[in-house]
Amino acid sequence: MPDPVKLTIDGRQIEAAPGTLLINAAKAAGIEIPAFCYYDGYSLQAACRMCLVEVEKTPKMPTACTTPVAEGMIVRTDTEQVRRARKMTLEFLLTNHPLDCPVCDKGGECELQDMVFRYGAGGSRFIENKWHVDEKQWSPVVFYDGPRCILCFRCVRVCNEGMGVGALGIVNRGSVSEIAPNEGDHLNCDECGMCIDICPVGALTSGTYRYQSRPWEMDHVGTICTHCSNGCKTTLGVRNGEILRGNNRDRSGINGEFLCIKGRYGFDFYNHPERLQSPLMRVNGTLQPVAWSTALEAVARKFTETKNAGGKFGVIGSTRTTNEENFYLQKFAREGLGTNNIDHHRSGDVVTLLDALSGRANASLATTADLYTSKAVLIIGADLSLEQPFLAFQVRANFRHHAAKVYVVTPEPVREDKYAARSMRAAGDPIWGALDQMRDALANEAELVILFDDSIKGEGVRRLLEFGTALGKPVKYVALVDYANSRGAVDMGLTPDLLPGYHASPQRGLSLDEMINAPDLDVLWVIGANPLSRADLSASSPFLVVQDMFLTETAERADVVLPAASAYEKSGSFTNVCGEVQRLKKGLDVMGTKPDLEIIGLIAKEMGLAATVGPWIADRVFDQIRRTVRGYDVSLPVIATGGAAQTAPVNGRISSTGRPEMIRSVHNDLFASGTLGRYSKILNSVLEKTEGEVEPIEAVHR
Amino acid sequence: MTFSPELEAKIERMFSQYPPDRRRSAVIPMLMYAQDEIGSVTRELVEEVARRTGITPLAVDEVVTYYSMLHRMPLGKSHVQICTNISCMLNGGTELWEQATRRLGIGHKEVSADGKISLEEVECMGACSWAPAIQVNYDFYHQVTPQKLDEMLTQLGAAR
Ligand code: SF4
Ligand code: SF4
Ligand code: SF4
Ligand code: FES
Ligand code: FES
Repeated sequence: MPDPVKLTIDGRQIEAAPGTLLINAAKAAGIEIPAFCYYDGYSLQAACRMCLVEVEKTPKMPTACTTPVAEGMIVRTDTEQVRRARKMTLEFLLTNHPLDCPVCDKGGECELQDMVFRYGAGGSRFIENKWHVDEKQWSPVVFYDGPRCILCFRCVRVCNEGMGVGALGIVNRGSVSEIAPNEGDHLNCDECGMCIDICPVGALTSGTYRYQSRPWEMDHVGTICTHCSNGCKTTLGVRNGEILRGNNRDRSGINGEFLCIKGRYGFDFYNHPERLQSPLMRVNGTLQPVAWSTALEAVARKFTETKNAGGKFGVIGSTRTTNEENFYLQKFAREGLGTNNIDHHRSGDVVTLLDALSGRANASLATTADLYTSKAVLIIGADLSLEQPFLAFQVRANFRHHAAKVYVVTPEPVREDKYAARSMRAAGDPIWGALDQMRDALANEAELVILFDDSIKGEGVRRLLEFGTALGKPVKYVALVDYANSRGAVDMGLTPDLLPGYHASPQRGLSLDEMINAPDLDVLWVIGANPLSRADLSASSPFLVVQDMFLTETAERADVVLPAASAYEKSGSFTNVCGEVQRLKKGLDVMGTKPDLEIIGLIAKEMGLAATVGPWIADRVFDQIRRTVRGYDVSLPVIATGGAAQTAPVNGRISSTGRPEMIRSVHNDLFASGTLGRYSKILNSVLEKTEGEVEPIEAVHR
Repeated sequence: MTFSPELEAKIERMFSQYPPDRRRSAVIPMLMYAQDEIGSVTRELVEEVARRTGITPLAVDEVVTYYSMLHRMPLGKSHVQICTNISCMLNGGTELWEQATRRLGIGHKEVSADGKISLEEVECMGACSWAPAIQVNYDFYHQVTPQKLDEMLTQLGAAR
């Protein structure tokens, strides 16, 4: 560490590392210097002039957001001159501002309001007419209200630097400057909403939330996104049992402010008109609404009969149910129904990775934080920016802030090419050739994180770890998987051959494909999955029980459909792609539905098996998981306070291969998310927009 | 899009003067020279400049909309720029401006029907010592009087 610089701010002696910006040195000392355009993590702009301070021997007041500390510097942040400058800056910012705070989305959480309140003048000397342009819609997600814009250019920078998209720019000059979208009158972009949430004022608003609520009317519930495997924390704004928005402005969780469109806006499947809100039972060939008690009783009766008759069960679990539900489900299947025929849709070879890591020096699992700090990252197969948005964001930020070296081996061009140290195109076997060519460069790096998708599985994973070990440097790995709890599903033993924590099952059951193809299946129980969208059942007429939110292709064929709660409607925990456990917090109830944990518990109770499987209370089940599942002895306080705790790698060999040949990722892009995506209005409207003709510019009047 | 051999050579020389990762430095001169050749900054030109400098068309648009000497619409054969900033205003610039609009029947950034002359009211051109000043294309005219302006416009082909 170089010697700290000593300076004085407002009469206080302060030390700061050389290169620290004045604004941050002051902040560290508890002195606030107001700022609009300065934003941690993005390039300096010095556009707003809000942060002017007095520096002794400097004739003009410099901007604290661009001035580095210097030895002996004497700074004053609260003099008459500074206060006047702030007042005038705010007076100018309000010259054309419509001051429509009473209807503005940002009202109550607007940085401009707060600044004017604290630092502004009571009046204005401007008597000229305000310059006005109409509000514009740029996409189903993004709306822009020019007059509200204070031209801080945060949106431009977050899109360009943070997202690597660069869809926003600034056109014109002076007071008529405006933010402009990349396609002239509309946006062609990730629709992530990063620009909207970073906007200090209400200039950028979202199609889902605009003019819906006042921020103080909502409860803010921090939970975990239910879409991809990255496990972003998302804070739901809930009012009267309705989710109005998702964001993460408090920067809690592993993802800070990052969310992609799915986490920020893709919650809207939950109140789709086709959401199931009553159990359905097949009566005379058609599905009819019935009472919960009737449906549960029918399921329990059939399960008991089948069990007593020694019949064949098949259980297909979900990649979106909680660890608690998965653990409970496999326990019920194995101990209650006496079957190992349990599986789920697997999308990445976590099993072989964990096995191959065991006992290997210099090799471990990466966390999402490692992607931001590692000196080098190698991406194999996946189009990371589209399929694993948060992981891609971390890598991008790592490049920006730490000049990380990024290596890419993918079948198609990817966004990472733009800044990668080396990009190569390869799929299948040629991947190894590409890796060989990168070997020397990789061996020169001090450390490495390797992310690989389903193009590397089984023996391929072992070969990759050999490759990694041969580099002679610490290497961390991530086996990419598809959904919010894909990782938790395999950790919790939703597999025919592995129990929770990767202990071998004494008897291997049928895999997902084998269940679908078994001619003699008596009961098929599907929880939060849609296997029949891809394949037809071989068994002529098994009793089909489906727990889901929607009447999927699988549910349509069911004998009993039980309406399930979504992840936003229950408590529990998810394990993300990096093995980080995080807690879900229930945001609302949807009438008529029940969490899968409760549904499974009620079936068990109805069958008289409640004592075998234990209470269906999420906390109690989690407690059991912590005590019994290898690697899950995670710190409770960390999780309870909204943090993420990585599971310990399974120490010891895994006896089963987990049949890697069955692993296939669906490679969801930014706007796809399985069943949930199909029922999300916002994701669909973005898709229509990008596939269909471009609509003419739309001015929005209220 | 290809330019004249002369312009291509000019651009080639420009690029050779900037470091390879600073090709975007050529955006402004490229736009200026190409505008002179084509008559205006067309969509096609914006995209071409973006392609050649490795930035997005939007980033080129930012430049085009910022600088008042870059025009999206075609200008007249003679582009008459009349300064009405403080020095010129005090010396009759505003009257010159009004005189020109009256005679030509066109306003700010408009082109006469025959395409011969376009008008623009501009900010200070740095010719304050010789105010009021007028610029026609790249030529300056100093201490312009109403008579001088009248003659100028006639010479440029304005109808009486
Ligand atoms: S929504 Fe995301 S990708 Fe689109 S302009 Fe805003 S920041 Fe950029
Ligand atoms: S739209 Fe918002 S973030 Fe973008 S420049 Fe304007 S005020 Fe800043
Ligand atoms: S990156 Fe994944 S977890 Fe994060 S918001 Fe998007 S879909 Fe959700
Ligand atoms: S915060 Fe320093 S100029 Fe905007
Ligand atoms: S004011 Fe007209 S040239 Fe300076």
